[in-house]
Amino acid sequence: MSHSAEEVKKHVRTYVAVFAALAVLTVVTVAVSYLHLPTAQAVTVALFVACIKGALVAAFFMHLISEKKVVTSILILTAFFLVTLLILPQIQ
Amino acid sequence: MSAEIRYISKPHPLTGVTNSKLGIWCFLASEIMLFGGLFSAYILLRTGVSNWPHGSQILNVPLATLNTMLLITSSVTMVMSWASLAMHNFGSYRKYMAATILLACGFLVVKAFEYGVKFEHHMFPSKSNFLGIYFTMTGLHVLHVIGGIIVNTYLLFPGSKMWKTNPEQFMGRVEAAGLYWHFVDLVWIFLFPTLYLL
Repeated sequence: MSHSAEEVKKHVRTYVAVFAALAVLTVVTVAVSYLHLPTAQAVTVALFVACIKGALVAAFFMHLISEKKVVTSILILTAFFLVTLLILPQIQ
Repeated sequence: MSAEIRYISKPHPLTGVTNSKLGIWCFLASEIMLFGGLFSAYILLRTGVSNWPHGSQILNVPLATLNTMLLITSSVTMVMSWASLAMHNFGSYRKYMAATILLACGFLVVKAFEYGVKFEHHMFPSKSNFLGIYFTMTGLHVLHVIGGIIVNTYLLFPGSKMWKTNPEQFMGRVEAAGLYWHFVDLVWIFLFPTLYLL
């Protein structure tokens, strides 16, 4: 990504918005946990919120949204192996 | 023959990114697999038993929520320190970097308090599978937080001399340290609900 001062000023607004979203989502996920939903639903909601938060951090703070192909390719390959690792213990 | 590492300030023509950025991303990919292995172990332990305790019965959710906020805030101050350099404001860089380090130390203080209470109640990693995986995952994460504090402190004090001699390379270093720090935040974003809320 380019680092011109003007563009960075625009980014700063995005960073503040992402921070607000992360704070709100943290409150949401904690609030939902006090509802004591059945395990399957609780896991779904908690992981869904965590994935949104994670995607926000990766996309905007880590600049993945505008990153070069070489970096995203490495991460897609890593994601494949990570998902494999997470599915393996669940195979009956 | 020159021993300098090439393309650390300018992007490599083949990849379009600096070698340092490619390097830190390869490192982070290996880190994803390191923590991934532990998450995999957690799933195996949890699905292997019929009664797994709810995290909130054993752990302190309000303290962990506070820690989540501290890390999220430190991620913003970290990216702001980099943005300050991009806007050629070194004074602002130092303030944001110092804030990042202080927030990270705050995280460690809260975590130390949490661990202390657990040990007082004789809740050690050997007591149960839940405590075993809890201490392993959060312990490894704490080591990463300490690593981040060390790197960021270097970049705040002695390492920041490079801003005068080679600003591009210095910005690259701060960006790489930032990518690592956001990764540490990212791991906590998943650790928090997994261990405390489910």
